[in-house]
Amino acid sequence: MNVTLTVNGETRSAEVPPETTLLVFLREYLNLTGAKTGCDIGDCGACTVILDGKAVNACLMLAAQADGRDVITIEGLATREGLHPLQKVFEETGALQCGFCGPGVILSAKALLDENPAPSKQEIRNALAGNLCRCTGYVKMIDGIQEVAETMRSVPTPALPAASKGEQKHG
Amino acid sequence: MYDFTYHKAASLDDAAKLLASAVDAKPIAGGQSLLPMMKFRLASPSDLVDLGTIAGLDRIEAEGGTLTLGAMCRHGAVCTSEVVQKTLPALAHLAGLIGDPAVRHRGTLGGSLANNDPTADYPAAAVSLGATIVTSKREIAAEDFFTGLFETALEPDEIVVAARFPVPEKAAYEKFRNPASRYAMVGVFVAKFPDVVRVAVTGAGASGVFRVPSFEEALSKDFSADALKGLSISTDGLAGDIHASAEYRAHLVGVMARRAVAAANG
Amino acid sequence: MSATGIGASVRRKEDFRFVTGRGQYTADIARPGQAHLYFVRSTHAHAKILRIHAGHASRMPGVIAVLTGEDFAAGKLGSLVCGWLIHSKDGTPMKMAPHPALPVDRVRHVGEPVVAVIAERADQARDAAEAISIDYEELPSVVDPAKAQAPDAPQIHEVAPNNTIYQWQLGDPAATEAAFARAASVTAIDLVNNRLIPNAMETRAAVAEYEPGTEQFTLWNTSQNPHVARLVLSAFVGIAPEHRLRVIAPDVGGGFGSKIFIYPEELVALWAAKTVRRPVKWTSERSEAFVADAHGRDHVTRAELAFDAEGKILGLKVKTIANLGAFMSTFSSSVPTYLYATLLSGQYDIPAIFCEVDAVYTNTVPVDAYRGAGRPEATFVVERLMEVSARRLGVDPAELRRKNFVKNFPHQTPVIMNYDAGDYAASLDKALALADYAGFPQRKREAAGRGKLRGIGLSAYIEACGIAPSQAVGSLGAGVGLWESAEVRVNPTGTVEVLTGSHSHGQGHETTFAQLVSHRLGIPIDNIAVVHGDTDKVQFGMGTYGSRSGAVGMSAISKALDKVETKAKKVAAHLMEASEADIVFEDGKFTVAGTDKAVTFGEVALNAYIAHKFSGAELEPGLKEGAFYDPVNFTFPAGCHVCEVEIDPETGRTDVVNFTAVDDFGNVINPMIVEGQVHGGIVQGIGQALMEACVYDESGQLVTGSYNDYRMPRAGDFPPLVVDTTVTPCPSNPLGIKGCGEAGAIAAPAAVMNAVTDALGTEDIAMPATPLAVWTVLQRQAHREAAE
Repeated sequence: MNVTLTVNGETRSAEVPPETTLLVFLREYLNLTGAKTGCDIGDCGACTVILDGKAVNACLMLAAQADGRDVITIEGLATREGLHPLQKVFEETGALQCGFCGPGVILSAKALLDENPAPSKQEIRNALAGNLCRCTGYVKMIDGIQEVAETMRSVPTPALPAASKGEQKHG
Repeated sequence: MYDFTYHKAASLDDAAKLLASAVDAKPIAGGQSLLPMMKFRLASPSDLVDLGTIAGLDRIEAEGGTLTLGAMCRHGAVCTSEVVQKTLPALAHLAGLIGDPAVRHRGTLGGSLANNDPTADYPAAAVSLGATIVTSKREIAAEDFFTGLFETALEPDEIVVAARFPVPEKAAYEKFRNPASRYAMVGVFVAKFPDVVRVAVTGAGASGVFRVPSFEEALSKDFSADALKGLSISTDGLAGDIHASAEYRAHLVGVMARRAVAAANG
Repeated sequence: MSATGIGASVRRKEDFRFVTGRGQYTADIARPGQAHLYFVRSTHAHAKILRIHAGHASRMPGVIAVLTGEDFAAGKLGSLVCGWLIHSKDGTPMKMAPHPALPVDRVRHVGEPVVAVIAERADQARDAAEAISIDYEELPSVVDPAKAQAPDAPQIHEVAPNNTIYQWQLGDPAATEAAFARAASVTAIDLVNNRLIPNAMETRAAVAEYEPGTEQFTLWNTSQNPHVARLVLSAFVGIAPEHRLRVIAPDVGGGFGSKIFIYPEELVALWAAKTVRRPVKWTSERSEAFVADAHGRDHVTRAELAFDAEGKILGLKVKTIANLGAFMSTFSSSVPTYLYATLLSGQYDIPAIFCEVDAVYTNTVPVDAYRGAGRPEATFVVERLMEVSARRLGVDPAELRRKNFVKNFPHQTPVIMNYDAGDYAASLDKALALADYAGFPQRKREAAGRGKLRGIGLSAYIEACGIAPSQAVGSLGAGVGLWESAEVRVNPTGTVEVLTGSHSHGQGHETTFAQLVSHRLGIPIDNIAVVHGDTDKVQFGMGTYGSRSGAVGMSAISKALDKVETKAKKVAAHLMEASEADIVFEDGKFTVAGTDKAVTFGEVALNAYIAHKFSGAELEPGLKEGAFYDPVNFTFPAGCHVCEVEIDPETGRTDVVNFTAVDDFGNVINPMIVEGQVHGGIVQGIGQALMEACVYDESGQLVTGSYNDYRMPRAGDFPPLVVDTTVTPCPSNPLGIKGCGEAGAIAAPAAVMNAVTDALGTEDIAMPATPLAVWTVLQRQAHREAAE
């Protein structure tokens, strides 16, 4: 069947068998391997992408269910101007170690901040409840997300590209 | 996953027809339970009928002492809905405790009710609040809807359309998560109506959600946590596994019920 | 200190690709024409294979080949091996049973691969695997190490009567008995070190390729040590000669030990690639990882500690049964012996120690090194004993430790190790201050007012890292030397490539190793690339485990840099027409002492290659040097962790409310990276203590085979961790560094359990202290009180 969706601002289309998950669609048909296969049943969050503004597990969704919708993957987060503030803070503080869970964690965090620009530490922890990381103890991730939130609040101009702005670079 | 044929349902009627026409068709809503089952090859539907494309199944309405939620209401939407937060905050709270954000963004009320996982949260709310499950064919009282482990009164081509929750005077949900899966190991929903108090428990029962008459009786006389002191439930019919023995679950039912009543009393 | 040199929190060079999703992990690699491999795995813990029905499967759509143990045996390939020979106390060698990649006639644990299916697509391979049925004759099984040696226990391997692999001992039994004979008090405890499943977030994977024209194999593999993998696959298994097998470990998504080992799956992938003449890709599903990746720990221990009347330790006796699972994994034998018993002296001056270890086979997944490997087990024994002893003796646990600390270095323990440096009182004092140990009684009272049970626990741990002096480990049975190699290639433009045998899978070597080079050569860190994980690029290397990459891997680089500097000075001398002895190299500049002549490192590099300023008779062109560094001793990171918990007595839920770690890692290259390593280790340690349990049922089925049952630490489980350091530079290596990768996992379990038992007022609770376990203890106490 044909599946057509917007990925990181571009219209992408492919003929796939119905059992193709969004994760397989991204990784194998579009060669976007930033979303990882960690458990493939929605327990680890390594495949997290943003669908119409919300964090979802790409492994727990059929590509067909994403037909006609808007997906942001880690590959589409940085703009020509540079890294997303979350990517930047993760880089500056060494919030990742092996890097495998990173794309999912960053996108979960972005979805949180897009919806709630002033999360408490507990809200950040809750937002990462579905993202497993075995390396870092989550400490620097949580601190980094809080730091981005604080910076964003103190800078009134929207330094953070919203989902729509992130797409413009491709348009 | 085995091969299947995928259908986008254009309307409820269309969905019902598709479900009736195939050998082993199943509706798919959020897919958060169904897709893992299919990946483990524990479910192998011949056809999947996607309800996500049917308009109007995600409405949230409060009217005349009833909160109506469409079957395709995502847990995340229920949790953040101002209407739900105002009318039935315990239900918004419950929805916010389901899974994790990614699951809440996809998982739906109708899917949760129709799956009747013994550790799911919504069944406790539905039974405690005396909800009515509206299907494509009829209306079913929540207590008649949940018939056993992963079993409901739904017929193969019958689709959950909405759930109507009577708005109580007071209500609260307390959940003790299974430490590993984060599903309810014990979840207790307590609702106080002018004429009745209902206490429904999820997670603990070996065959799904159940009510606790002794707690309800005590709370009907005195809706306070103290009224439950000294009361306990039998371990008969409770689940036991590496995370919790039946005795421990029985104990937690008491603790969570007291905490729920205290929370309901605010 | 320069902005990018030693001691600076330099941003990690690897992170740009990670935060942008451009990391290349094995599963991200797709080779043209690749086929997919899927395994039929044993559903039985122990059974005879009577017949494999694969005919139908081999004719299914897309199926290229179905391979069994008989095919494998016909291929005359060797067995997987354990590379560390342990001798029993009676002098007999360990009983290592053959471990073919696919079994011919018997399966010995649930999850053992039995049949390999290769198909065009992954789903076709899986469909065909499902269509294969195997007739088994079930055999009785044993999973509990404490029951494995019973006379009526089922025998798992013919070579190992009573399932006993070895009965090993270390220390002086007579001196220890004598110490106990004159003891004023003895503390005895029984401990179980719970079995764990490593759960790196990236599951194992392999892509294997065979080029018939050149008979060259390439294996992309999730490995912590690609050279060791190549060595085992060529020398022992015989899949290919070493020079025709290239092993590449690209970005690896966490290892924690589990990716050190050589497993059947990558071996089968290589063999299949040659058999079907196609690239073959295997990616482990998570459910397979639970039953196929080597597990960790699984000890049953009885330990006794003897004190004199003043509270000084006289002696320690330990008897441990260690579960090695159904086969001996690559380094399994060393973990409960030389990585464990040698650390039983802890931070303490203990005159006499005697330790006995029986290693047993069971019908479970093989058990091998998992973050800490032996040392968490030793720390758990020693630090639980110290805490329990203090409580029984009625003295402050901190003070009992202080009284017994080793204070003079070097210190020879009775169990091989020679501690070279440390200041245990310093880390204890700092930890107690940061944790506000003195204020604990008030916090406990305040918690009691809220209906909570609060407890505090210490863990003054020591570990042996920088593994290891080759001659020493060779004398103890290691099959390999544990040095490390490095090559520093200076390019004509003055940029540098560092080739290292260490492998980075989260440790940040691309940054820390570059920091060393930047520091030494005075060049920008962006001009330095660290190359690792490819046997075609790096000559040889022993890989990354045992917190060895800093102390051993970087020391090798340091040694190579010495040689580069020496050579560069010669070039500089020719450039400035000065005597080599007068050349000074500082801050990236070569100067002639007492003059204002100077050339930059870049100029020297260029001239080393254009070679216009010196004749070939005087000096070889080029600037590239290699080194092998063999450590002269282990390193001994040590420190003190303090854990504070609160227990909800109504539900049994335990929350870690404060956690303080003060570690002495010697000199630190990158504090930011070290802090992250400590965080991760602590969380794994807390996971072991409160959450993680690998559970088998009596029939050998793994009960905790998914995240719905195996409780992983999650973001919401922890308070902010307070992490600090003290420094006593390591005297045994040129950089003075000790290693930091495992400290948290080593120290934390004992600290947590000491806190939990303090809160509960009983020692009688095993890891993990789950809500059920804690509630059960509280129920028992309530019943006892009611009975009284």
